[in-house]
Amino acid sequence: MNGNAAMLTLLAMGLPFVAAAFAPFVTRWLGHRGAWVLALAPAAIFLHFLGYVRVVAAGRTVTGGYPWIPSFDVSFSFMIDGLSLTFALMISGIGTLIVLYSGGYLKGHPQLGRFQSFILMFMGSMLGVVLSDSFLMLFVFWELTSITSFLLIGFDHEREASRRAAVQAMVVTGAGGLGLLAGLLLLWNITGASEMSQLVHLGGEVRQSPLFLVALVLVLCGAFTKSAQFPLHFWLPNAMEAPTPVSAYLHSATMVKAGVFLLMRLNPVFGGTAAWETILPIFGGMTLVFGALLAIRQTDLKLMLAYTTMSSLGLMVMMTGFGTEHAIAAAVLYLVAHAMFKGALFMVSGIVDHEAGTRDVRRLGGLARTLPVTFVAALAAAFSMGGLPPGFGFLAKEEIYAALFHLDAWSLVFLVSAIVGNGLMMVIGFAVALKPFLGQRPAELGEVHGAPILLWLGPAVLAALGILTAVFAATMNAGISTPMVSAVAGHVDKVEATLLPHIGMPLALSVVTVVFGILVYVGLDPCREAMRRLLQAIGWGPDRGFDQFMRGLVRFSHRLTRFAQPGSLEVYMTVTFVFVAASLLVPMAVFGEWPSMPAWPEGETFYELAVMLIALIGLVAVIVARDRLTAIVSLGMQGFAVALLFMLFGAPDLSFTQFMVEALSVVILALVMTRLKLASADHRPTGEKLIDFSVALAGGVGFMLYLMRVTEGPFDNRLSDFFSAYSKPIAHGHNIVNVIIVDFRGTDTLGEISVVMVTGLAILALIRIRAGRSSAYASSDNLAGDGGTANEDGPAEGRG
Amino acid sequence: MRTLIFRTVAPYLTSLMVLFSLFVLLRGHNAPGGGFIGGLIAASAFAIYGIACGVSPVRRALRFHPMSIAGVGLLMAAIAGIVSLFDGVPFMTGLWIYPKFFGVEVPLATVMLFDTGVYLVVTGTITSIALALEERESS
Repeated sequence: MNGNAAMLTLLAMGLPFVAAAFAPFVTRWLGHRGAWVLALAPAAIFLHFLGYVRVVAAGRTVTGGYPWIPSFDVSFSFMIDGLSLTFALMISGIGTLIVLYSGGYLKGHPQLGRFQSFILMFMGSMLGVVLSDSFLMLFVFWELTSITSFLLIGFDHEREASRRAAVQAMVVTGAGGLGLLAGLLLLWNITGASEMSQLVHLGGEVRQSPLFLVALVLVLCGAFTKSAQFPLHFWLPNAMEAPTPVSAYLHSATMVKAGVFLLMRLNPVFGGTAAWETILPIFGGMTLVFGALLAIRQTDLKLMLAYTTMSSLGLMVMMTGFGTEHAIAAAVLYLVAHAMFKGALFMVSGIVDHEAGTRDVRRLGGLARTLPVTFVAALAAAFSMGGLPPGFGFLAKEEIYAALFHLDAWSLVFLVSAIVGNGLMMVIGFAVALKPFLGQRPAELGEVHGAPILLWLGPAVLAALGILTAVFAATMNAGISTPMVSAVAGHVDKVEATLLPHIGMPLALSVVTVVFGILVYVGLDPCREAMRRLLQAIGWGPDRGFDQFMRGLVRFSHRLTRFAQPGSLEVYMTVTFVFVAASLLVPMAVFGEWPSMPAWPEGETFYELAVMLIALIGLVAVIVARDRLTAIVSLGMQGFAVALLFMLFGAPDLSFTQFMVEALSVVILALVMTRLKLASADHRPTGEKLIDFSVALAGGVGFMLYLMRVTEGPFDNRLSDFFSAYSKPIAHGHNIVNVIIVDFRGTDTLGEISVVMVTGLAILALIRIRAGRSSAYASSDNLAGDGGTANEDGPAEGRG
Repeated sequence: MRTLIFRTVAPYLTSLMVLFSLFVLLRGHNAPGGGFIGGLIAASAFAIYGIACGVSPVRRALRFHPMSIAGVGLLMAAIAGIVSLFDGVPFMTGLWIYPKFFGVEVPLATVMLFDTGVYLVVTGTITSIALALEERESS
């Protein structure tokens, strides 16, 4: 692998984001026809990755990239093997078609440019997920797909249902993503490898680790939420609120497969263990059956497809979990087949919706003559979805049955669920492909337009591919399937699926499936009614559970906030100071580290004593002061005395600052006092004063003892030696304090001044809020008084 | 507070203090001083002016909202850090140049830009708090 090709691949990974930046402009200039231009980007990426097929088919894994944060072993690197290459080709290839399709579907939509931009951004994120070698990159791109999916589901953000679906998808997949991050970090910790290409060879280490199960469960959190496994599936059907190109691209062909991708990628690491071979088939199997049953209940074309997508994802997870060679081959073949037929069928449902104005299967019919290409494409896709020859899905189904057919109870359970799931999916496939197109056209349908090329091109190409890949299965096996299966299995494993049926059990089971499917198809309406009744009887579902959970969460955080933030300054101050005092005094008490009484220093001069006396007088004055102003000024006096002490003991910078801070705090405290309209003297009950007094005393004594204890220890002068030695030669400054602030620890200072400014803004806002409120009360005063102008000045400038 | 003497003296006092604050800022690298102390001096200068002559004259004299001044300061400090990245050294590394003005070599550094940023942030923030508090008092 030479450097040029690696560079090109990195560029290809970045290209979608560049195209996304230009998408709004291109769309503004060229309207919906801009899609032809924008589609060049994914097409170029597709061609680039097509060039890798030969290399990868020869059994090589290509990696490349550059170190990003070498000190943390984080790199920006990619890994291309059979698995990621197949995904990259799917993402860029289907992406090209989707960009074109979006141009036709959202023709004339004012936000088409933004939509294309989101789609391209998603494409870049998804490419990143499958190509990333480094864990952290994988995680970043993983979350980016969640975010772009959020943007796309909520594209029609003026509808409440869209917003809810977007937030729901974000919460579910985002939470799973955090689990994934924790899982990846654990794997990193166990093996010391931060890259997938290293990790896949270290499976033994992971499987022996005591943390194996924890890592597995965390990774599964990510995979199951993303790939909509039961019972976390509910966000996927709701995500159908998005425009149809999104459903076709994200929520069937690519993004939801990210979870399956992750499982396949980690199969060499986690596979072969009891936990893996139990959890995956059980969850996958449940998802498969429930998805198919729920799909039967739907009448909306998109929702029917959405539930079968869930079902298909379940099937892939189940087959990946079985882990035998046939099972992995089946999962891989099915994954590829699914991307083609489901993408095509979604686009078909979008065309029907776009041209006929409804997606309700009961109100559609007889569209075949108006939409001939669409109909043929739908039919071809349905053959693949139903697992009938000559569709690519047939190959996948033969493999599934070959993998599952064993005469033990465990396999039989999954065999039956596979038959039920496949049968029902076949029903839905043909229901989508036949019902809108055949039969009598309902009278209320009105005029139906033909579809333009931008719309029908996508489904036609995908459907044709679904047939061609099956016809040329030998090429497909050698170029795509075998490398991918080998990557998933962790060793070379040849796939030999062809359209020629093997006479044997798999074929017999296929026949059973088809017969079952035909029976259900004929009785689809009563079945749907039965499912509807059943679901109504149950009443509760995870979707409603999500709402209940979110409501509970909001209520809980509200209560917690009310508890932790009661809003009374007095409480905050008291709690803070009690904690400060406790953290100073408690450790000394627990460890018995009280300071010993220091000896009275010798040789102190009279002016040092005088300054200390002034400080003491200031303190006494604070305590005995009648009114607040005197107390504030006396406090300032004490501060000045301390500043003088700093000066006398050779810290001019510190002293200087202390002077200024003391002066300003007296001014500001006095201003605040008048501002808050406090009574000039403190008239609180003695009890309260006593409490405050004890807290203040504890804090003061705590600090004193602590300082005494610290100065008793030996002084480590390495730092001060360093600074005095290097302040001039390195930083060209004699003033060590200043050099430390602005040079040696400049980044600290940058953070500090940011804090200063943010605090200033917060204080300003607080003052403004009070001013706004009191000015509302005191508006009559302003009318009467003459100072109104100065008062209005401030807020007006603040807004500018 | 608005006595005749105070009002007469305040403008001179303020300008002297601001001048002094600049002096403190610039000498800070080699002698006691620096952006933080300078900023505090400048802020107290404006606070005094505000107490003596009211807030509006101060705001007029400053021309910009004190918070914008603080913002510019923060930006300057951040830029001073970023400049070093273009020179291929880590963030916030001090860079020095020694141009000659009329035959006198003047050392200039990103560190000085940074310290000026600190000065502006402190001045702007404290001044805006003080002025906002004084505003109510004057009305």
